[in-house]
Amino acid sequence: MNVQVIVKGKTKGALLVSRNPINFLGGIDKKTGLVRDENHDLFGKSIANKILVFPFGVGSSVGAYTIYSLKYNKRAPLAMICLKADITTASGCAISNIPLVVVPKRDYESLKDGSKVSLDAIKGNIL
Amino acid sequence: MELTKEEEAALDGKHGETLALAYRVLVAIGEATESEKLIPIEWAHLSGVNYNTIGDAGEQFLSHLSKDTKFKVKTTVNPMGLDFDTISKYELNEQFIQKQQSIKDSYEKMGAIPSFSCIPYEIFELPKKGTHVSFAESNAAIYANSVSGLKTNKEGAFSALASAITGKSPCSDLRDDKNRKPNVTIQMKIKNKDELTYGMLGYFAGKVAGNSVAISGTTNLDKRSCKSLCAGMGTSGRCGMFTLEEGEGEKIDFDDKEMQNVRDELNTSESGDVITLGSPQLGLEEISDLAVMLHGKSFRKRCMIFCPRAIKKQITDLGYAKEIERAGGEFLYDCCICLTPLINKDNVDSVITNSVKGAYYLRTSNGVDVNLKSLSQIVREETK
Repeated sequence: MNVQVIVKGKTKGALLVSRNPINFLGGIDKKTGLVRDENHDLFGKSIANKILVFPFGVGSSVGAYTIYSLKYNKRAPLAMICLKADITTASGCAISNIPLVVVPKRDYESLKDGSKVSLDAIKGNIL
Repeated sequence: MELTKEEEAALDGKHGETLALAYRVLVAIGEATESEKLIPIEWAHLSGVNYNTIGDAGEQFLSHLSKDTKFKVKTTVNPMGLDFDTISKYELNEQFIQKQQSIKDSYEKMGAIPSFSCIPYEIFELPKKGTHVSFAESNAAIYANSVSGLKTNKEGAFSALASAITGKSPCSDLRDDKNRKPNVTIQMKIKNKDELTYGMLGYFAGKVAGNSVAISGTTNLDKRSCKSLCAGMGTSGRCGMFTLEEGEGEKIDFDDKEMQNVRDELNTSESGDVITLGSPQLGLEEISDLAVMLHGKSFRKRCMIFCPRAIKKQITDLGYAKEIERAGGEFLYDCCICLTPLINKDNVDSVITNSVKGAYYLRTSNGVDVNLKSLSQIVREETK
């Protein structure tokens, strides 16, 4: 699968797929990486050390610092895959050196929760 | 995205680490939003000032950055987590106070105007219409685009910071006139409208809209309702602009059923121990209204009112502060409801507020229950 690279990097890991957008500031605990918004489909799960798949980020602009804090606290996702990269997510990943890619809708929908993939956000593909 | 030779050199680190980092952020956003170039901006408004929101990681990052960074354009900042003038009245831990002080110092060292306000559009003189600015703080970005006639994307904390450092931003999304046209219309179907209704409308609109949304069925919005709409929209979505007209494309009703869904999501209590007003912070006009509404009345409960320091002198000179304090209101400057350590589950079970944005962050981040009521309902039911 070919992807558009927003922030470069390479990683391997399991996909954690969310169907809901993410408000990083309100929705994610920056110390633990746990999703704490009860109305979110990932509620109670940890985004740490997963390849996080979600449509796009929403809400507070400070969510970018939440992403940076997750990295600092070693609870960040290995990489992020979005349908549309919003500015807060893109800037948070850029500062934190977390690979970020965008995939078209059809490919996005084929990404299965729990499956293990290898993401090359330099060449721009997922295997 | 095409960079000039100068920008390319900065990205490659030829002008230091800080500029390289700032350009790396701008390039990532440029790629994400399919921008062709960077353009100059005149004013950056930064979020990421409250220690509770940015944590140790953010505090250290800013402290490091401030050693050799000076902002290139006018830069204003969001609220902190506390009001340094009234610290002694609250039980705050020493670590919080120290880290907050460090963050404040870092921003000021880099040249930020110490505004500590989420309503820069209300307390500063605005540049001429059409001027590009870079506003993080979602309610401010939406207000700037929709009401003030300025142009900004709904910036992230680091994108606005990168703009403050470089004086530039990628020319994409809402900076490009063709993307400012709404492609969804929300039809306001609620008859009795107040600022809470508009906050919930905004929260709903944020979930269904793209970059820009049209809102029909309503024409004149007072400032309170308008700020509430912007804040609600900024909380739930990525939408950075609204217009009050019938737009092209899909039409979606905001009716009693949709409003009830929003209320069910955000209202988690039927009453509250403390009242909070000011997310976004209240400006002069709202304080003046509040003083009139409270005439001859006093709050039955503690009521915290969050304002920018910029209006403190005015509301004092005009007698509004005295009237509101007589009614039991407690003013806090430089901070706001969202993620303040002044409200947490150790000292409060539930909070009464008219702010949809406040309700979302109080529940998810401060961990307290929320009772949503409009300001007129608060004055009616919570005063004697």
